[in-house]
Amino acid sequence: MSSAISRRGLLQGAAGVAAASALGGCAMGGADDDGTTPDAKGSTSADNPLGVKEDAPLEVVIFNGGFGEEYAKAHEAMYEQRHPQAHVKHSATQQIAETLQPRFVAGDPPDVVNNSGGSQIDFNGLVSQGALTDLGELLDAPSLDDPAKKVRDTLLPGIVDVGSYDGTFLSLNYAYSAYGIWYSQKLFDAKGWEYPKTWDQMIALCRTIKAAGIAPWTYPGVHARYLSWAILASAGKLGGLDVIKAIDNLEPNAWKHDAVKTAAEAYYQLAVDGFLQPGAEGMDHIQSQTEWCRGHAAFLSNGSWLENEQKSVTPPDFRMAVAPTPSLTTSDTMPYEAFRGTGSEPFIVPAKAKNVRGGLEYLRIMLSQKGAADFTRKVSSLTAVQGASAGIPLGPGLTSVTKLIDASKGSAFTWLYSSYYRKLERERVNAASLELFTKRITAAQWCDKVQKSADEFAKDPAIKKYKRA
Amino acid sequence: MRGKRLFIAVFLIPGLLLYALFVVSPYAQAFQISGTDWSGLSPSYEFIGLENFRRLVGDGYFWNALRHNGLLLVLLPVATILLGLFFASMISVGGRADRVGVHGVRGAGFYRVVYFFPQVLSVAIIGVLWKEMYAPHTGMINGLLRGVGLDGLAVAWLGDPRFAFWCVLTVLIWMNVGFYVVLFSAAMQSIPRDLYEAALLDGATRLTTLVRITVPLVWDTIQVAWVYLAIVAIDGFAIVQIITDGGPSSSSDVVGLRLYKTAFADGQFGYASAIGVAMFFLTLTVAAMFLRVTRRDRVEL
Repeated sequence: MSSAISRRGLLQGAAGVAAASALGGCAMGGADDDGTTPDAKGSTSADNPLGVKEDAPLEVVIFNGGFGEEYAKAHEAMYEQRHPQAHVKHSATQQIAETLQPRFVAGDPPDVVNNSGGSQIDFNGLVSQGALTDLGELLDAPSLDDPAKKVRDTLLPGIVDVGSYDGTFLSLNYAYSAYGIWYSQKLFDAKGWEYPKTWDQMIALCRTIKAAGIAPWTYPGVHARYLSWAILASAGKLGGLDVIKAIDNLEPNAWKHDAVKTAAEAYYQLAVDGFLQPGAEGMDHIQSQTEWCRGHAAFLSNGSWLENEQKSVTPPDFRMAVAPTPSLTTSDTMPYEAFRGTGSEPFIVPAKAKNVRGGLEYLRIMLSQKGAADFTRKVSSLTAVQGASAGIPLGPGLTSVTKLIDASKGSAFTWLYSSYYRKLERERVNAASLELFTKRITAAQWCDKVQKSADEFAKDPAIKKYKRA
Repeated sequence: MRGKRLFIAVFLIPGLLLYALFVVSPYAQAFQISGTDWSGLSPSYEFIGLENFRRLVGDGYFWNALRHNGLLLVLLPVATILLGLFFASMISVGGRADRVGVHGVRGAGFYRVVYFFPQVLSVAIIGVLWKEMYAPHTGMINGLLRGVGLDGLAVAWLGDPRFAFWCVLTVLIWMNVGFYVVLFSAAMQSIPRDLYEAALLDGATRLTTLVRITVPLVWDTIQVAWVYLAIVAIDGFAIVQIITDGGPSSSSDVVGLRLYKTAFADGQFGYASAIGVAMFFLTLTVAAMFLRVTRRDRVEL
């Protein structure tokens, strides 16, 4: 073997290696292993209704966002306490999609994923690829606190709906968020203002507020969809839930419904009358919320995570409070007390997880009174679990949220298009809303524009469609 | 002979292997993926031929983003190179000739450091910094404008589709110019001083010196700068994503961001790869074109 390496030989060899590695390190994964995952399963018993294999390790990935990751460590400790032989592997990231996408492809996803935040893995893709475990079994399992009560019956209304895709419950939205119009009770008390229950009163109050030298409203122009929530909530209350369902189902002309148009016109009026804080169109959510906390603006459309998010800049006696959107007419279909309330912070168990049973059990532990109360105590947010916040001292904002929920007497509602078709809200409604609030388009044009985008989504074969019943 | 070959191979092969594994193979795979409807979440996909490219041609959002890259491609290199040349020549040869010969303006060393500053900061920091500078009420830019009584000009910079793109372009120029000042300064150091002295004796102004002597003699460097900047212009992803995220109303969107969102937010890796493949050919064409257009005979010193 006196084979001297010729230059050509070397290059050929290198090319061959390159070709081989191109095949070997393929990003798209190997052949589909016909779904036979070696799911660890133990025997079921009264104490272990989901059949967790006692020594199977559990991997949990948490979105390290507004809620942090400490609450999850407490849940994991509870899991290890119940299953002493199991080791829980914890990790947290802000880049859920970037971190986990390759693992989904490789068929090696974690057992529990908190699929949340700006780079959430698109649910449309996850669901249409069958990448998620049906959590129905969890709903029918006995709850940790009371074996006679199913987990399903411990949840707040709407939680199952918002996590269901074509009737299958795939995502557990653990936190409960109430959306509404926020104001400072202290400011309102000092000025003798009262939160308006009708739109006419709102406009009248805005005039007073503006005369007092405060901008009546602020909003984040970069995320102008925050103010579109108020439009849709008002439209739903005016025209009834069917208006919202038509939007969720991408029905033709759903966004051009009279109720939507009336609501859009009402909020467009804020821009026309100069009731929106000048410059708000250039702010992100933190900037606009901070303006509001500094007392430069009176109203803000937001969700109940606001109090926690603004903790560091809220003056101590600010007393933030939330109220439902004002009724647009005297003959609204829903009462004034109705508001948008829904689950957020989705948790999933990937279908190809090695320890699906453990994943379900982990969610069951999260949904126990103890697990949920601990979450509320740590991150100042309500959970999907009924009554879990009882006896916990809450901040003024969250106290106001619980009052909002009690007063609504079960009339809370939500839309699902933003979780079915995330991009429709995040890009299209967001962009159109900024144009509306900067008066570049009118309310009618806003309806047309969003409808056109919705039609595009309805026609796009690459996007899986869901039907809200 | 054999020992020498082996010696060379030992140095070459690890590098080539790494290059093949981490550069060539992903590129090759992007071509393969661009012909599929792969969602990026499971190993299953179907070949759909050129369907993704057909869709690309009719995608208004893609063309809108491409138009912004086109504008960047025209404006960013020109503005950056002109500014870079101006600053570099002031630093290297801008001062008056006196007894010590041709040198830079007073404080040249200081400027050299200051211009290079943005280069030391990471892109993420630059992005966040400028986002706050542009903030409508708390930002430094509007603060300055209000400070000098120009309240009317203090607008919501990033919230207005008329300005957002230009705001991003300004940041791109600001963050790149320093590097080219250093690059051009280095090139200018190699120009013999007596050329400048001769030009000065002949009564050449600073501008004439710059255009007639400096530019021809650093042309090779300018050419390289041009290609680098063109590549920055075709990318532009990081800064755009941090400062405006493409908004408002896609008025500052770029192709890189569209690709990223298509892949990671929409879960359409097949289509995103098609965008990537289109970008690949675009970058290649532009680089080749620039090299050809700027080709000149080398000036021998």
